[in-house]
Amino acid sequence: MRPRTMYEKIWDAHVVHEAPGQPALIYVDRHLIHEGTSPQAFAGLKTAGRKVRRPELTFAVMDHSVPTKDRHLPILDKDAAGQFEALARNCRETGVRLFDMHSGNQGIVHIIGPELGITQPGQTIVCGDSHTSTHGAFGTLAFGIGTSEIEHVLATQCLSQFRSKTMHILIHGERKSGVTAKDIILHIIGELGVDAGSGYVFEYGGQAIRALSMEGRMTVCNMSIEGGARAGMIAPDDTTFAYMEGRPFVPRGKDFQQAVQQWKSIASDPGAVYDKTVEFDAGKIAPQVTWGTNPGMVTDVTGRVPDPSQISDPDEHKAVIRALEYMGLRPGTRIVEIPLDRVFIGSCTNSRIEDLRAAAQIADGKRVARTIKQAMVVPGSRVVKAQAEKEGLDKIFTAAGFDWRDAGCSMCIGMNPDVLPSGERCASTSNRNFEGRQGKGGRTHLVSPIMAAAAAIAGHFVDIRDWGVEATE
Amino acid sequence: MQPFSKHTGLVAPLDRVHVDTDQMIPKQFCKLLTREGYGRLLFYDWRYLDGEKPNPDFVLNWPRYRGASILLARTNFGCGSSREHAPWGVLDYGFRVVIAPSFGDIFYNNCFKNGILPVTLSDAQVDDLFERAEQREGYRLTADLPNQSLTDEIELNLSFEIDPFRKKVLLEGLDDIGLSLQHEAEIAAYEARRKPSVTMYEPVDVKVPKTAN
Repeated sequence: MRPRTMYEKIWDAHVVHEAPGQPALIYVDRHLIHEGTSPQAFAGLKTAGRKVRRPELTFAVMDHSVPTKDRHLPILDKDAAGQFEALARNCRETGVRLFDMHSGNQGIVHIIGPELGITQPGQTIVCGDSHTSTHGAFGTLAFGIGTSEIEHVLATQCLSQFRSKTMHILIHGERKSGVTAKDIILHIIGELGVDAGSGYVFEYGGQAIRALSMEGRMTVCNMSIEGGARAGMIAPDDTTFAYMEGRPFVPRGKDFQQAVQQWKSIASDPGAVYDKTVEFDAGKIAPQVTWGTNPGMVTDVTGRVPDPSQISDPDEHKAVIRALEYMGLRPGTRIVEIPLDRVFIGSCTNSRIEDLRAAAQIADGKRVARTIKQAMVVPGSRVVKAQAEKEGLDKIFTAAGFDWRDAGCSMCIGMNPDVLPSGERCASTSNRNFEGRQGKGGRTHLVSPIMAAAAAIAGHFVDIRDWGVEATE
Repeated sequence: MQPFSKHTGLVAPLDRVHVDTDQMIPKQFCKLLTREGYGRLLFYDWRYLDGEKPNPDFVLNWPRYRGASILLARTNFGCGSSREHAPWGVLDYGFRVVIAPSFGDIFYNNCFKNGILPVTLSDAQVDDLFERAEQREGYRLTADLPNQSLTDEIELNLSFEIDPFRKKVLLEGLDDIGLSLQHEAEIAAYEARRKPSVTMYEPVDVKVPKTAN
């Protein structure tokens, strides 16, 4: 048999129906839903008189609009309350398992899938959320879908899909101290551009990827969509299996050993052919900071805000002028001189236990700068929160002047009360620096958790490498 | 879904690259439970000043583009979030056709679920259309899906590529789910072969004690 990529293997194993000139019907192993994009899908299903085909394969959680404090109080936001009611009712009526906002397992959908072991190598996973690419860190084909497609999956447990092209992204060598998974993916997007992945599925490989923990790999795959790729994947290995063992939905004992043998066969075959291959040297990657209004507008922390007059492409030239105007930045400003108003540590990109440990290590014994109006730490899940509290990280954060919150999407998207006020500047560990993303008029700079924590302490960006930290994810 | 065959309409040029779906429908409106009514909210933060006063600088608010039903856009239009609220807004505003050199994958896909025709053209062709739409007030185009052509009332006649299956779905306004359910026997056979299951090995859903949060 011809050598195949991991993408091809997973695709081939999930084809239910294929005919020339048509998209294939692909089976969906796990369907994740949340309150934000699912209500219209259930409504459509009901209108058409259709049933949820396999309710046990869909998992629901409340994450996008949940408050991160005082959750025991009534929800004052009527629209959000309506979303929660709709999700609870839809799950009750159809038999879909729901982790509601009071469940001990509640959290951001892309945090809890892997954490509970719902995410397993070789699967197809979809969710009405573009950051579903996160789950690809386990060697799954995972991607975001629209609401019409959610309805399709509920009704058929399948999706009609065209084959994607594959891009092999190799990160050779070793990361330098202070350089994290977040910096790797921001650097990749900065180099390739925010639309380079359009039509592609990324497969990440190379020494620097293999060296990452599962948390770091999830950070990398999470932002594949910011490079334009619907999915990003990393071959499962011993790091993956060690992470998975013992999680609630992962097979146990002999079944686990058997599953591992099967999971090992998912990796791309030697000699498998990709449509495109790009390579990077991890040793040359520095801590990254975005300065603009998309994740590709990024530079090294040692860099400066670019000068639009140096950009020849007319579209990009206009885009940079507009971005700098929105961001309130002057060309040539050194990144480390940009003062900040707020700091947000959280989101499906960077709110796992390792992220919090790394940020806490920076914050330990220090104080948030007086000029910072708010520095907030939002764990990705209640399991992460409980673990962090067991390790005393919450105490470190609160002693340093950070807010310690309950789990959810929070200020990454600002659908709950955690909104970045207009004109304010935020160092954020999230994934999108789009205009208004964290709040209308808010100015977002994407960074790693350690860079965010250090920025909170200093009141402006700093080169974390000057602080002498050890390499973290 | 409303079928799409041929449409003639006024062209509005939105001269920005990488327009993301957050700009089309900002998050606060993603809490609504309907598929309708998003037209008023399309490009909300660009279109309105405080208090929902129309922003005179935003191109869709210019009188000459009022009633536009063909949106001319730049590279990577509709990147970012998967929210289908974005195409719902585009359609409800009155756009039936979006033309761009490239689209965000999820948005592109979502257009076909909502009877919107996304037309992909080369950068040079899109540049040319921008020039025409900006120079001639009342510039109109006809998008003809059966013939895969884009024509204006003067001399322009472009052809565009589209996947034949997607074309058929749009032309006939087909119900995707209905189409897939025609393969019910194959889905059942696949399930019998693969026996998908989810086993939980310990109780989850543990109630958490109330904390300070």
